[in-house]
Amino acid sequence: MNIHEYQAKEILRGFGVPIPAGDIATTPEQAEQLAIKLGTAVMVKAQVHAGGRGKAGGVKFCKTPADAKEKATAILGMQIKGLTVEKVLVTVAADIASEAYVGIIVDRSRKKPVFMVSAAGGIDIEQVAADTPEKILYLPVDTRYGLRSYEAMRMGFFLYSDIKLVKQAAKIMQQLYAAFMASGCSLAEINPLVGTPDGTLLAVDGKMVVDDNELDRRPEIVALRDESSEAPSEVDARNCNLTFIKLDGDVGCVVNGAGLAMATMDLVKYYGGEPANFLDIGGSSNPEKVVNALRIITEDANVKCILFNIFGGITRTDDVANGIVTATKNNPLKVPIVIRLTGTNEEIAMKILTENGFTASNDMDEAVKKAVQLAKGGKAA
Amino acid sequence: MSIFINKDTKLVVQGITGRDGSFHTKQMIEYGTQVVAGVTPGKGGQTFEGTVPVFNTVYDAVDKTGANTAVIYVPPMGAADAIMEAVDAGCALVVCITEGVPVLDMTRVYPFVKERGARLLGPNCPGLISPGESKVGIIPGRICAPGPVGVVSRSGTLTYEIVYQLTRAGIGQTSCVGIGGDPINGTNFIDCLEAFEKDPHTKAVAMMGEIGGTDEQEAADFVKHHMTKPVVGFIAGQTAPPGRRMGHAGAIISGSAGTAAEKIEAFKAAGMGVAQRPIDFVDLIKAGLK
Repeated sequence: MNIHEYQAKEILRGFGVPIPAGDIATTPEQAEQLAIKLGTAVMVKAQVHAGGRGKAGGVKFCKTPADAKEKATAILGMQIKGLTVEKVLVTVAADIASEAYVGIIVDRSRKKPVFMVSAAGGIDIEQVAADTPEKILYLPVDTRYGLRSYEAMRMGFFLYSDIKLVKQAAKIMQQLYAAFMASGCSLAEINPLVGTPDGTLLAVDGKMVVDDNELDRRPEIVALRDESSEAPSEVDARNCNLTFIKLDGDVGCVVNGAGLAMATMDLVKYYGGEPANFLDIGGSSNPEKVVNALRIITEDANVKCILFNIFGGITRTDDVANGIVTATKNNPLKVPIVIRLTGTNEEIAMKILTENGFTASNDMDEAVKKAVQLAKGGKAA
Repeated sequence: MSIFINKDTKLVVQGITGRDGSFHTKQMIEYGTQVVAGVTPGKGGQTFEGTVPVFNTVYDAVDKTGANTAVIYVPPMGAADAIMEAVDAGCALVVCITEGVPVLDMTRVYPFVKERGARLLGPNCPGLISPGESKVGIIPGRICAPGPVGVVSRSGTLTYEIVYQLTRAGIGQTSCVGIGGDPINGTNFIDCLEAFEKDPHTKAVAMMGEIGGTDEQEAADFVKHHMTKPVVGFIAGQTAPPGRRMGHAGAIISGSAGTAAEKIEAFKAAGMGVAQRPIDFVDLIKAGLK
């Protein structure tokens, strides 16, 4: 789960990380008032779950409160990567003498959280890693022992030569690590970590991504979720316990299991179509899930054909068939449906479907081909 | 022959009285797996289905029954503890079916398991089956048949799909292993490839990967340098958008890393067969067996 910059900064501040003063505005007037209150030049920063906010014009330096009002007027309501900006962070503009990058990610190969630090901050760290890998220090942490003092100091010395800055940096590493662990993050970064001309360090931008698997035990993080920044269909699906990701194509897919769902999307593409979504109804075959899945998919006006691909292991295919029958009785479909199911109770499922006027096959390739043809407006063979 | 489990596997089920645990325990017993014990704290002394003794702790279960393998069906927040308990009690193989285990929990569990010399399969995996001998987990037994092909996969139902197509085409399996869809798991592709290479009855290997991470690329490198048996690979998620978690916690393209294209390239560079579609496994494996 993504949280906004201002939310990440609140968490980091709680762990002692030095953060420039600031607050959230949802109107240009509020932005102006905040700038007056802060009494200095400010940054007005769009709060959306997208990278490249600066390049998109969503981050501006403002000398005066009037300037802040004007820039906030431009930024609020702007679109960044398809997301509408509804909030801006108004924060003290720091004087910059140096910019470093400090981040922690869970590294799959090392099976540990790994710090990545670089004195080349403020820019895209992936680019630094690709072009000048020697400018990055990687430091894996054994979570059973936590971040040791000497490890934090080693990173401080990698970034700075002035011992005062080294010690400040080491302290910030500890605070960032503590925030990372306490919030159940898969990623946390400060970019840039700014050194000011008077020799203090400030986290000028902060980002945190929380492992979705942590949410059951972290209600305080769940409370930070901003549903306005997500596709409404994805919010709807999550509330129905379905894993759903909206895409741009026209073949709506309903599949059981994540791997098979991806393979089904790929096969749609293989036969010349475009998938409209990723949707995994999961292992249980609760007919209600099928009803919800059909509702969410048919709400997408792009969908020209619906494709079911069910491999019945634990999932009983007769339950899925009953779900399809129930859902379409209440809300008749406006687009064609292609059903492929095989496995547990396949014969019963086929009988239920046939009796209710549906046709179904047990061959995956055949079903996908047919769905692609129908989505293109063609007649199925 | 088979890898990791066989007819001598003695299984203890953690969470045997839960909804999933009880359902799948019945299926495993029906398949012929030696389920020797169950564990549910507070229900020690009871008997599951009139045949399997239930204990309060894995220690008791191992001590009284000689169980050497554990399978875990407990809720996600208790899974890390359950894995460590099984390893501490002396189980050499621990299979964690549970989905939703926090990855930071796994950063503690992984070294714990390694340092004690045990093998963990999963979490978030369907388990494994050695057709005709034993099954541990949730892979449907009736889609498998004994035969010469080793199967290893990060997925559940996609594995069933491919195994089913192989079986229908008359191609059986030595063992089918689901390593799980999480970013940190106990057993990776290389561990399984190494075991299949050593297993005299395995003549070819079918491997199903997906987007995210570099496990498949490392596996391809292993195939190139250490495998004499043919390996056919498949990658799910060619149409997945970057930055989105595709159901499995580990199935995510980060930045430009972990794409299907780079994994397929790695397979080709290692001289592996590449299945474009699940059905292509049948012909490619047939060719490999010749």
